[in-house]
Amino acid sequence: MSKTITIDPVTRLEGHGKITIQLNAQGEVEDAHFHVTQVRGFERFAEGRLFYEMPSLMARICGICPVAHLIASAKACEAIMAVRIPPPARLLRRMLNLAQMIQSHALSFFYLSSPDLLLGMDSDPAVRNIFGVVAANPRLGRAGVALRRFGQHIIELLGSKRVHPGWVVPGGVTEPLTAARRDEILAMIPDAYANARLALDAYKQIAGRFQPEAEVFGNFPSHFMSLINEDGSIEFNRGALRLIDSAGKIIEDGMDAERFAEIIGEAVEPYSYTKFAYYKPLGYPQGCYRVGPLARLNIVTSMGTPEADKELAAFKQLSAGPVQSSFHYHHARLIEILYGIEKIERLLADPLILDKQVRAHAGVNCLEGAGQAEAPRGTLHHHYKVDENGKVTWVNLVIATGQNNHAMNQGVLQAAKHYVKDGQFTEGILNRVEAVVRTFDPCLSCSSHALGQMPLALTLVDAHGQVVDRMTRS
Amino acid sequence: MSKLKLATVWLDGCSGCHMSFLDMDERLLELAELVDVVYSPLVDAKEFPAGVDIALVEGAVSSADDEKKIRKVRAHSKMLVAMGDCAVTGNVPSMRNPIGPEAILNRAYMENASAQQQIPCVVVPKLLKVVRPVHELVTVDVFLPGCPPSAATFHTVLMALVNGEPLDIPALTRFGA
Ligand code: SF4
Repeated sequence: MSKTITIDPVTRLEGHGKITIQLNAQGEVEDAHFHVTQVRGFERFAEGRLFYEMPSLMARICGICPVAHLIASAKACEAIMAVRIPPPARLLRRMLNLAQMIQSHALSFFYLSSPDLLLGMDSDPAVRNIFGVVAANPRLGRAGVALRRFGQHIIELLGSKRVHPGWVVPGGVTEPLTAARRDEILAMIPDAYANARLALDAYKQIAGRFQPEAEVFGNFPSHFMSLINEDGSIEFNRGALRLIDSAGKIIEDGMDAERFAEIIGEAVEPYSYTKFAYYKPLGYPQGCYRVGPLARLNIVTSMGTPEADKELAAFKQLSAGPVQSSFHYHHARLIEILYGIEKIERLLADPLILDKQVRAHAGVNCLEGAGQAEAPRGTLHHHYKVDENGKVTWVNLVIATGQNNHAMNQGVLQAAKHYVKDGQFTEGILNRVEAVVRTFDPCLSCSSHALGQMPLALTLVDAHGQVVDRMTRS
Repeated sequence: MSKLKLATVWLDGCSGCHMSFLDMDERLLELAELVDVVYSPLVDAKEFPAGVDIALVEGAVSSADDEKKIRKVRAHSKMLVAMGDCAVTGNVPSMRNPIGPEAILNRAYMENASAQQQIPCVVVPKLLKVVRPVHELVTVDVFLPGCPPSAATFHTVLMALVNGEPLDIPALTRFGA
């Protein structure tokens, strides 16, 4: 008899998810799905509110990457106002977004994934968590806590609050940076470097052991998309989008926020509240692509900072063309942390960083505006329409996790097919299937901005969709 | 004395309250010497265990899954803390109440989609007609407002609960803090 394995909830994930694996009568995996089980309705309930409320409302989509939402939202508002924000505000927002990238990557790597990598995929689930990591390797565990704190503390020094700072507003930011706060950030940098180095070195030592996982953790050719600067360097706030194919060939380039909707569509699958973004000229699902750290490092030719550039060169050695296995998201994430620290140090040395001119003022000058930014987990797009009074009449949001949705599902299926044999599976096997999803660091509260939540469940269903077995790991 | 059992639960919220909980940073590691985190998005338990001493709940109740979960959490926990404005008042998730789930779903999956437009219905839970704060479904022992409450607030509150000391929450936080 055929059956379905359900992993519910998927744990160590930022949101509410389930995984179901369908087995046929022979006990072979027929299909597998990753379900996002939360929906929220931001696109609809933002309607009727005033556009300048959008950044602080939209930040509440996600407590992990509120800053990326603040920035993409403010940029959409600035397109409506038709203003250019003052250069010092641009530097400050750039620093804020890098600080968020560091804290979010530290959360993903240390709190959510390092238990698998350091303690082992088959280790005791009761201690397979950040507390177990700190007990087993206090230096590394504490380095992770400190790196996350570093990013969060910079956000607090800039925006007065770690989660949902009200500091980013349409037109710029509300307050300039003081010299005292700049010095406080500078003083934290040496420790942050040491911790990032420690993490990268430790990762490189253990990564080889996970070669078998890397073969099947979402290892397939796909397109990739991210923001990039004209000179080919990595970019999180400005620049334009580039899409490459699995061989690294550029398919689309210079895509600014206005063109996004022309080129990127969203499909719906019945089993998930998160939509599936795709490149329209290729259609769905052929036009699906990946975003996030792996995509960014595959697309850029330089990081623009010396230490991170060395690491990028080593990363590019992993494969002749774009790196295909999603397992390497982990590695890419650690390189981006190092880059973030280097870049923040450079931004602090810019004489404009303490400048008081940080906000431009304007009313409604266009009835439509779009903005984009790189969130830690990938490209984020906000698109609004307003009436002459600035009342929002329509909103569309395309979030990183939706752009990785197809690849996550493919990755879950690939791993399930590889590991589940003759209908047999262990806790460690199910944990590997979940770990595939963790490599993408999906943010389920973001992706389900429409509605949403993410724990993982495994269900065995038969060919008729009847649930025959449930594996909720306990 | 055996360690207290602590659980953290995520209903319909943005995870910001959980992030603020993590913002205790090294103090969270010290706290873990006093309590066992037995259920949380951070650990691998799939079922809410019995005999939890303190359950921190983020988010409002907006789907059939949330409703089932909060009843189970209540039944298995000695003390339930509504953590953050969404759990306390409904806050952001409840902004959909005047609109209703059909319009929300239609906008996201029919109007704002370009292929295979349909309302998801396989495995994913049904949305409730009305989003409600936690206390409208189950008894709440401690209300902790804030969007999110700060890490300092979490630390003070948890240390007081662990040590059985009195709490003065209005002195620590406020709505939207
Ligand atoms: S109270 Fe605020 S921070 Fe907490 S879940 Fe709700 S929106 Fe997020």
